[in-house]
Amino acid sequence: MTDFPDANGFFGDARDGEPGPRYGGRYVAETLMPLIGEIEAAYDAARVDPDFQARFQALQQDYVGRATPLYFAERLTEHFGGAQIYLKREDLTHTGAHKINNALGQALLALRMGRRRLIAETGAGMHGVAVATVAARLGLTCVVYMGATDIERQQPNVQRMRLLGAEIVPVHNGTATLKDAMNEALRDWVANVDDTFYIIGTVAGPAPYPRMVRDFQSVIGRETREQMLTRHARLPDTLIACVGGGSNAMGMFHAFLDDATVSLVGTEAAGDGLESGRHAASLNGGTPGILHGNRTYLLQSDDGQIQDAHSISAGLDYPGVGPEHAYLHDSGRASYVAVTDDEALAAVSLCCQLEGILPALESAHALHEAGRLAATQPADQIIVVCLSGRGDKDMTTITRHLMPEHPTSEETAA
Amino acid sequence: MSAPDSSHSFAERSRADTLATEAPGARSTRDSRLARRFAALHEANRAALVTYVMAGDPDPLASRELMARLPAAGADVIELGMPFSDPMADGVAIQRAGQRALANGQTLAGTLDQVRDFRQQDDDTPIVLMGYLNPIQRFGETRFLEAASAAGVDGLILVDLPPEHAATLTAKARDLGLSRIPLVAPTTPAERLPALLAQGDGFVYRIAFNGVTGSQSLDLEGPLGDALAQLKQQTPLPIAVGFGVRDAESAAAVARVADAVVVGSALVERLVESGVEGALELTTSLAGAIAQARRQG
Repeated sequence: MTDFPDANGFFGDARDGEPGPRYGGRYVAETLMPLIGEIEAAYDAARVDPDFQARFQALQQDYVGRATPLYFAERLTEHFGGAQIYLKREDLTHTGAHKINNALGQALLALRMGRRRLIAETGAGMHGVAVATVAARLGLTCVVYMGATDIERQQPNVQRMRLLGAEIVPVHNGTATLKDAMNEALRDWVANVDDTFYIIGTVAGPAPYPRMVRDFQSVIGRETREQMLTRHARLPDTLIACVGGGSNAMGMFHAFLDDATVSLVGTEAAGDGLESGRHAASLNGGTPGILHGNRTYLLQSDDGQIQDAHSISAGLDYPGVGPEHAYLHDSGRASYVAVTDDEALAAVSLCCQLEGILPALESAHALHEAGRLAATQPADQIIVVCLSGRGDKDMTTITRHLMPEHPTSEETAA
Repeated sequence: MSAPDSSHSFAERSRADTLATEAPGARSTRDSRLARRFAALHEANRAALVTYVMAGDPDPLASRELMARLPAAGADVIELGMPFSDPMADGVAIQRAGQRALANGQTLAGTLDQVRDFRQQDDDTPIVLMGYLNPIQRFGETRFLEAASAAGVDGLILVDLPPEHAATLTAKARDLGLSRIPLVAPTTPAERLPALLAQGDGFVYRIAFNGVTGSQSLDLEGPLGDALAQLKQQTPLPIAVGFGVRDAESAAAVARVADAVVVGSALVERLVESGVEGALELTTSLAGAIAQARRQG
């Protein structure tokens, strides 16, 4: 199960002698094919290079702030009265989300390849902030593509990226959200192949990105495993993480894929509800297809046109999902549930009031499912939630929905 | 600048290839509309004008009218775009054309229907469908190839299908007489060419420079000219150059060094600005420039 992807970047294997469904691959324009090959070769060399790994780990420790705590959420556990709930605190990393794990790894790879211009797409802005941050730290140029709609709803992150020296390019095409930002970043890359490295922020895109991003994020699961074994001398029973593209979830799941006793749960964004058609749940409400260089589950029309995703959380607002999740979904190794906007908002509120922790709207989708599940389980069960990011960036949205009687100053001014 | 190297003329290379590879029984891509058209143009020492139009843009009627009248205006081959919501290798002109077409209800079935209509009155002008893989997979790969072949399509340019993933589709397409036109990029290293060219058929599409369609620069003096000369040594197929041809001058320049000139974004933009008549005027002027190109030596 941990052997995938194969040499062609596919996740999945033959079944009953017939080729089973396979996800991933390299479905990109010819201009990019040689580059992707170069990145793969450079990455494979870097993986086994002790100097590269030593520098990555040193920065992970002193700059990112790893290892992150595995925190026992005592009052949430009491509230639901069942399984013990632990939070893996990725929100405590430098820049406030797990995105920096991957941004740092890829930026070091870019540096190793002599590419000094970094480009990135961003939805909620957390990946953009992470890339802008490591670009500043390593002395590299940074251009971030961001949907105009997302720029509107994630202002603090936009200003923060500018302060870090990044150029923000607003994308007005299509729905002006994450998928359109990704299209535009790919176009930039095609035009600037000589000096540019595209840091994809999630476990999607053409091979080797899904594998590479997963590997850089897999520190989340490795630490969790070690922390659990040290403290409880056993593995957790359930891991829960939110899934947009799915990088924090893959990072959390990967170290546990071969542990059959550990149940893996991904939470997709159900938006207004699956039945409303306004959601971002590619696995629960989509079909397999090809977008952004890989074969995976997509929200698409009967005619194969990609449809708009809807979620209150910009980071989950993507009509596809990483190909390894598509494989884990089909194989049954992981299960994927959908959580609505309202459920996520309620989880934000509860986590603030019981634990004094403001979670990102993305992570709140996982928190909701943890509470629901914990209430049905006995107290000896252990659930670990990947608290992938902090919610400071979401204050405008959260205020509008949860405290309309206390508008933010921006809204008062408007 | 000179005409294509006569010692490696397309016609000779093409004949040699036919003897070597033709499979009995299959509808051959070697005796196709594309092969006949390129052979005739080679006889006339003229490059082909390949015009790109987006199916259903700006609306189904205008798109059909433009397509029907392109050959008389001087188009030798028609590339028909299959609109896709997320065309990651296309620039803004073709992206918008696709959005207009989709907004007006264009579907893949409708695009095939547009080809069928065209074939009612023109059985000679080759038609190449260009687009992305997802709508085709959704339609059903085999079903699509069969329907395209039956409708009178001659070739396919699939932007996001690299040769590494294309073996099955290529074999099916070939059996149905559909040419798979390979895209060769400036970044393509020499060692990738054999695999790309082995699956290729009809003609080779050489992307002029690294970028998306419709970007505005074209330099034939430097590396592109050398690359074309090298490419000609490696394939019997005619070589088309696209991305960046915008006017009579750039079309003539390409016509002197390549077997075909692809015009896409400029035509799509003209269609939006000045309608079908405007797009046809541009086609006529490009065709005139290409016809004169090799005579001016």
